[in-house]
Amino acid sequence: MISLIIKTKKHLKGINIRILKNQIFAGVVFVFSFITISPIVLIIYKLISKGYKQINLAFFTDIAPNTYEAMIALGNGETIPGGILNGITGTLIMVTMASIVAIPIGLLIGIFLYENNTKWYANIVRDITDILQGVPSIVLGLISYFWVVKSITHGFSALAGSTALGIMMLPLIIRSTEETLKMIPETIKEAGLALGVPYHKIILRVLIPTGFSGLLTGILLAISRIIGETAPLMLTALGSMGVNYNIGKPTSAVPLLIWEFYNDPNMVDLIWSSSLILMIFVLILNLISKHLIAKKNN
Amino acid sequence: MLNSEKITKTLLFLASLIIILLASGMMFTLINGSIPVFKEFGINFIFSTKWNPTEEKEVYGALPFIAGTIITSIIAILICFPLAFSTSLFIGEYYRGRGLAKIIGTMVDMLAGIPSIVYGLWGFYVLRPLIVDLGFNSQGYGIFTAGLILAIMIIPYATSITSEMIMMVSNDLKEAGYSLGATRKDVILKIIIPNARSGIFSSYILAFGRALGETMAVTMLIGNTNVIPKSIFDTGNTMASVIANQFGEADGLKLSALIAIALLLFVITGLINGTGKLLIRKFS
Repeated sequence: MISLIIKTKKHLKGINIRILKNQIFAGVVFVFSFITISPIVLIIYKLISKGYKQINLAFFTDIAPNTYEAMIALGNGETIPGGILNGITGTLIMVTMASIVAIPIGLLIGIFLYENNTKWYANIVRDITDILQGVPSIVLGLISYFWVVKSITHGFSALAGSTALGIMMLPLIIRSTEETLKMIPETIKEAGLALGVPYHKIILRVLIPTGFSGLLTGILLAISRIIGETAPLMLTALGSMGVNYNIGKPTSAVPLLIWEFYNDPNMVDLIWSSSLILMIFVLILNLISKHLIAKKNN
Repeated sequence: MLNSEKITKTLLFLASLIIILLASGMMFTLINGSIPVFKEFGINFIFSTKWNPTEEKEVYGALPFIAGTIITSIIAILICFPLAFSTSLFIGEYYRGRGLAKIIGTMVDMLAGIPSIVYGLWGFYVLRPLIVDLGFNSQGYGIFTAGLILAIMIIPYATSITSEMIMMVSNDLKEAGYSLGATRKDVILKIIIPNARSGIFSSYILAFGRALGETMAVTMLIGNTNVIPKSIFDTGNTMASVIANQFGEADGLKLSALIAIALLLFVITGLINGTGKLLIRKFS
């Protein structure tokens, strides 16, 4: 009898140790998860706490100050005048041009992959798309430098910047289009085909409307990915002091301005407010697409 | 009717040619541009550690940058792994489908949305002073600082795929484990990980591929010296950061050397990403 009790006690002790180990494991997982999300909180806190002071209407309607103006303002202890209008217009121009080319082509190739699902040629196209998606953005900048800066505009230009951004965007759109179309029930398409609807009308009237929110999500995420790109623009668009609407001339962008401010001791105070604006752009695009995904899943 | 169908199909096919042309054009430009440097130094360009742009004595070797790229990325993966894997367990197992998991998941996704240059700024003004305070090195720049910021940057890529892979493990298996008296830790270590192993592995390969090509944040933190780092707290340069740094003033042979580095980077990231995607497709 006594030996049985001792045995049970020993057994219980073993169970306790296992439960304890289990709890320690869970504790470690929770602590590490908490550490993982701390950077996003810290980064956003830093951007807001350091950047909000500089943000006012003039920040959106004035062009970036020059070093001299910033130095004088710093000397008098005032906030630095000027804003990031040249960056905002440059970003808008380049992202729009990249989108106008990359979105339709990306949609077409995505539909092509969906239609030719497992054919060998489609597999090659898909593999190449995957490889392009992994190409570092600086390499795309270098490519665009040779294709556009050297050969077409003979100087740094918005066109070159948008070429790099467009090449970056294309694989993202292609893959999201294909993934979205795969989710559409085959029967909807077959119903159209059975009614004798021509093929291009199936695409325009059935596939695109049914998958619209998915396609839009992919497009928004692709835009949010390219909007903050700096490295390829350094090699292509270079940056400019004023607002520039000529796509053949050097053009600024919000991330390029941040880089310039960072390198200029007089204007370094502007980095946080410009980064905050850039983050807000990106987050809004992300939130809209998250909302679309949630809506689609319901 | 038949005609319109043909037109549509042709249009789609022509569009698909664009991606082929784009990729081959990129390869052509990179190879064409790097011919001069390979003609001058041959295959030694890849294995030489000398980088000297002084005229008349020009010598270029890519090894310091290849080493810098691979070491920073390995540091990034080592730091990223415990963090991303725990978060994946949190999202995909412990709080699966609950509000808290969604909040954590959204926050991790937000990390992916932060532009590289903002990471660079944050690293420069927050992480770098921290490294100095901890006494690792006096300036705070270096391979380790760059690896640390890269680790944060790749967390979302590793986490999203890993948590999906964890959720794909069939409930039957897990329930069988619990019915045998296994604790949650046992189920995770003995059932979930062995089953999702290859998917998890490939998600880290893809994250590694991301780390290889990151430019701005690394350029701002690595210290930009063209030598092979002797310790992880030394300064260095990666392939991407040396292009960003030196492209502005480059011409002639130096430009060709930078293009050759871009070609190497293109090939290395292509191979790593190709392997990762292949594994994912095979196992999911």
